[in-house]
Amino acid sequence: MAHVTGAYPPTRGRRVREVAFRTLSAVALLFVIGPSIWLIADVVVRAVPHWRWDVLTTVPLGTGGGLENAVLGTLVIMVGVLVIAGTVGVLSGIHFAELARPRRSGRAGGAALRTATEVLSGFPSIVLGYVGYVALCVGLHWGFSLLPALIVLSLMVTPYIAKSTESALRQVPTSYREGADALGMSTGYALRKVVIKSALPGIVTGLLIALAIAVGETAPLLYTAGITNTLPSASLIHQPIAYLTYYVWTDYNQPIKSTQYLSFDAALILVVLVLALLVVSRVLVNRTQRHAEGRR
Amino acid sequence: MGDETASPSAAAAPARRAPVARRAGLFARGTEEGLWRWSARVASVVPLAGLAFVLAVLAVKAWPAIKVNGPGFLTRSSWIPGSTYANPVVTNGVAHPAGASYGAWPLIAGTLQTSVIALIVALPISIGTAFALTERLPPWLAKPLGFFVEVLAGIPSVIIGLWGVLTLGPFLAAHVYPLIANHVPNVPVLRYFRGPTGYGEGLLTSGLVLGLMIVPIIASTTRDLFLQVPPLPKEGAEALGMTEAEVARRVTIPWVRSGIIGATVLGLGRALGETIAVAMISGSVLGTISPNIFGTMSTVAATIVSQLDSAATDGTGFAIATLAEAGLVLAVISVIVNVAARVIVNNSSRHVAPVGRG
Repeated sequence: MAHVTGAYPPTRGRRVREVAFRTLSAVALLFVIGPSIWLIADVVVRAVPHWRWDVLTTVPLGTGGGLENAVLGTLVIMVGVLVIAGTVGVLSGIHFAELARPRRSGRAGGAALRTATEVLSGFPSIVLGYVGYVALCVGLHWGFSLLPALIVLSLMVTPYIAKSTESALRQVPTSYREGADALGMSTGYALRKVVIKSALPGIVTGLLIALAIAVGETAPLLYTAGITNTLPSASLIHQPIAYLTYYVWTDYNQPIKSTQYLSFDAALILVVLVLALLVVSRVLVNRTQRHAEGRR
Repeated sequence: MGDETASPSAAAAPARRAPVARRAGLFARGTEEGLWRWSARVASVVPLAGLAFVLAVLAVKAWPAIKVNGPGFLTRSSWIPGSTYANPVVTNGVAHPAGASYGAWPLIAGTLQTSVIALIVALPISIGTAFALTERLPPWLAKPLGFFVEVLAGIPSVIIGLWGVLTLGPFLAAHVYPLIANHVPNVPVLRYFRGPTGYGEGLLTSGLVLGLMIVPIIASTTRDLFLQVPPLPKEGAEALGMTEAEVARRVTIPWVRSGIIGATVLGLGRALGETIAVAMISGSVLGTISPNIFGTMSTVAATIVSQLDSAATDGTGFAIATLAEAGLVLAVISVIVNVAARVIVNNSSRHVAPVGRG
């Protein structure tokens, strides 16, 4: 870091290049931070001046109303994704980190599973949404509803959860497993009581980030969840469900101001929700790291 | 592990295991492990099964469109749904509206153009940011800024799109694009930067916004990689009289090259598949390639999302099938990019040992 800055190189060309390099890296940082602050400030400035708290407690009505349906719908979708993608993702992370025999996960069968997970994590979300629409909403006659939306979103974030779970588990020291083994614990019991327990904060962090991704998605939901002005119901199929990103996407260019405002309000709620999830996940990471150092 | 010792006499095994089994609570020993193994194995197959299902559905849905559109789908520049009022026409056994003519070339080109612009913008900015965060700034500043960059990766694309179309696009069109368009010399290649600049919706704005979206991915990975470079080689290089810039170029960056490539391809994948932001900012013009860098256009992903509604009104289902074909093209591009990245990272990591995953 702050080292021999006084000992500048002798030739002029090298000196110029050094200064240019330092300047450009600072400029690069500004080009990231600047637009990002601009973006977040823009969302706040568009929403806050006309913010009404009853946006959270009323449903859209004509050209006004609120977003209660979308806020609750988004929360329902979060819970659903947590249940489906959380279960599948964490279990498949456990498989890759703990249970799959190393030789197999390196080649042939295991390699196919890994490649599929990698490919899926970079897969265009609208294509997943299209398949959800064609195969589930139309093909299985589920209509626009919660279940196809959850399936598509879960498929999207499962690879992420699997990967973060795997790396959290890999950070658990081998000595923990050996100690558990020496105490006569069965593999399954040790896995539950020792390994997963130590990796839990890392796993939860992955889940929170996956939720933040799921909350911010629009493309996979547009043609699977549909839209409705009513509050979420208990039915998994045949009943459309509202979500926040829909209003941002649809209402921003409507001719009537009050409708546009719904779009900006939805954007603000989304940003707050996503930032909250990410900050909590970061706090968890910090706590785990402190924990890990203390233990060692 | 325990299985091997107990295998000779299956009958004797439970007796020896009893105390542990009681401690294990609900599940007997072995049963719990079996449950973990079984459920984890099933779960690990889900992504593969899901991917196979998605590709199968796409292929089946796209087949009628492939039969009618032919290989020209990849090279034609038209997007004409045909007349839905006239009687459908049958070509190669597939019914479709009369006059329908689909070609995805402008969309494929738009996808590649925006992604390339995004990469050109994002890669240097990301590496510069990572360098500033790891080498230049004091920790009390670098830590929160690093977290800020990470958080950016989580900002929903619809919100970045909203900002792009309402704020950034009009700003650039009013203050920046005219400067470029009026001052760039009228010579081949650079001519591409001249001409009408529009209202801020189009190719360059989309590319820039995509760049901003993938910077956090590349920058935070690169920062983590830089932090993993051991200090000794860097100090050695410094002792030889290298400047900071030379250390970065000759030691730090080569040390983690394959990781940076991996992160870049991850970002490229996101840029190729990004839908909502581009659908909001591109101007959604189908069937033509933008004559200059400011023009309106569309990408494959943005077209699927903006056309699916109207495609559903095609009674023959041909428009829906064509969108499946477009989706298949996009899926193939994304899979190729992903696999290529794995090959590149695997090959280059053989030479550079201590590399974290991208």
